[in-house]
Amino acid sequence: MSPSQLRFDLRLIADMVAPKTRVLDVGCGEGELLKFLRDTKKVDGRGIELSMAGVAAAVRQGLSVIQGDADTDLKDYPAGAFDYVILSQTLQATRNPREVLEQMLRIGKHAIVSLPNFGHWRVRLSLLAHGRMPVTSSLGFAWYDTPNIHLCTIDDFIDLAQAIGARIERGLAIDSSGQIRPFTPPDWKANLMGENGLFLLGK
Amino acid sequence: MNLPPVLAPGGIDPRTQACSTAELGPLKLDCGVVLERITVAWRTYGTLNADKSNAILVCHALTGDQYLADSHPVTGKPGWWHTLVGPGNLFDTDRYFLICSNVLGGCMGTTGPVEINPQTGKPWGLGFPVITIGDMVNAQALLLDHLGIEQLFCVVGGSMGGMQVLEWAASHPRRVFAALPIATSSRHSAQNIAFGEVGRQAIMADPDWHEGDYHSKGTNPHRGLAVARMAAHITYLSEPALHKKFGRKLQNRQNVTYGFEADFQIESYLRHQGSTFVERFDANSYLYITRAMDYFDLAAEHGGKLANAFKGTPVRFCVISFTSDWLFPTRESRAIVHALNAVAANVSFVEIESDKGHDAFLLDEPEFHKTLQGFLDGAAEHRGLLPGRSVDS
Repeated sequence: MSPSQLRFDLRLIADMVAPKTRVLDVGCGEGELLKFLRDTKKVDGRGIELSMAGVAAAVRQGLSVIQGDADTDLKDYPAGAFDYVILSQTLQATRNPREVLEQMLRIGKHAIVSLPNFGHWRVRLSLLAHGRMPVTSSLGFAWYDTPNIHLCTIDDFIDLAQAIGARIERGLAIDSSGQIRPFTPPDWKANLMGENGLFLLGK
Repeated sequence: MNLPPVLAPGGIDPRTQACSTAELGPLKLDCGVVLERITVAWRTYGTLNADKSNAILVCHALTGDQYLADSHPVTGKPGWWHTLVGPGNLFDTDRYFLICSNVLGGCMGTTGPVEINPQTGKPWGLGFPVITIGDMVNAQALLLDHLGIEQLFCVVGGSMGGMQVLEWAASHPRRVFAALPIATSSRHSAQNIAFGEVGRQAIMADPDWHEGDYHSKGTNPHRGLAVARMAAHITYLSEPALHKKFGRKLQNRQNVTYGFEADFQIESYLRHQGSTFVERFDANSYLYITRAMDYFDLAAEHGGKLANAFKGTPVRFCVISFTSDWLFPTRESRAIVHALNAVAANVSFVEIESDKGHDAFLLDEPEFHKTLQGFLDGAAEHRGLLPGRSVDS
């Protein structure tokens, strides 16, 4: 797989991973990112995926993936087992985001987290203009059937990272046209213009 | 089993005519007994490559044997995994060298209670020492030494075969590159011990059993063994599978007979399972092997913590379970996975959707086979085993 074939947000995550490291991808789907990291960066990758169909597809590609859940299964791993623990577009769907993030930084030297930004201007405008829960391109669910039970803004996430003593090593805000804006918090523009946020955290 | 226990010198033993045998040993058993010499009977498929890196050990289940892929010498039926073995197949014999040996305690040529005790010149019977899954694995290790194989590319097996896989990975981690425990557990549950006990009591209640000395009495506790098999067979299926296959359908009749004949198809089916099983299996072997499964508890062997069994393991694991398997349910596979995660082992885990119960690992389950294939291909790539003709001939 060439970098151009990898989903845009996964490519940004892949760029944060150093070669020949140990990676745990939490919510790895069918293992697209793990396969890319294995093939291009010789990464020793593992995955956790909730859906059995995703797990089966990943294992069929020779990837080491288990069926499991970010909320319950991270506690099994020993401290410092991985160089990077990745959680892509999933933190907002976990039952206990704080604990998940703490676990990620316990078992990994770094955590890489991407999330939809509820502080994006479109979301703000949508709520202001219509008075209803926003449904946007990155948040495409009605309030009653969304898996996203813990939505937050980029600034909210930064607060959480600081609360658990994590160091934000890199922050990227990605706007709706795919423009990438590196930022160092606090940055009100990132929280307004970023449709998605991507963070590399350390301890 | 109706085979002559004592074969005349030079006589041909049909059980081992189509396989290899060797005298190996000594083997120190977990119970403390040392068997100076044991016979191991095995089949191989494919060719061992020059650096001896392409060997796969296939561990058979309770009532399986070494005839993995060719017809059974006693029953004439095809091997228990014959659909998966062959050139270009899942277990590609152009790529891998497959070894399948009859377990210690078995009755297809490897030393067990049906064989002759060299001390007495008579079949061992209940004089045979109680064996464990660990003893079975150590007997297989002697076979690997005999074949000059230092490290297996893969150890694979379902049910009791999966127990052997786990034992291999725990006791001989350097001799295993990849491990595939399927539909198994790191310890026999109370329910499984209970079913084992029902089977054993059925055998022992048969007057033809004679405290295990039936060979010298010229009898065979085939009724007890058949009941044991019938009871066990139910545990290999699932309620939905039974319902789908048999329901309440009657066997060759329009109405019930108000008697105790096999009115229902399920009864007839189980009776058939029982009667065909006794043709190829020895009652005492059944006692010994079920006991070995009962005693299996990998955590207990490692200070009560399963993760300790795998500390620092270099082995790549793929754990597989089936949704409808209630004999070795998914939660037991998950416990193995949790233990492997606790030592940051390289592990995959897939639960296959199937209504076929425990037996699913022996049946045509495309999703299962795709998972096996994916894992094997991935592991082979890491081991540097090329697809197809990797054999240096």
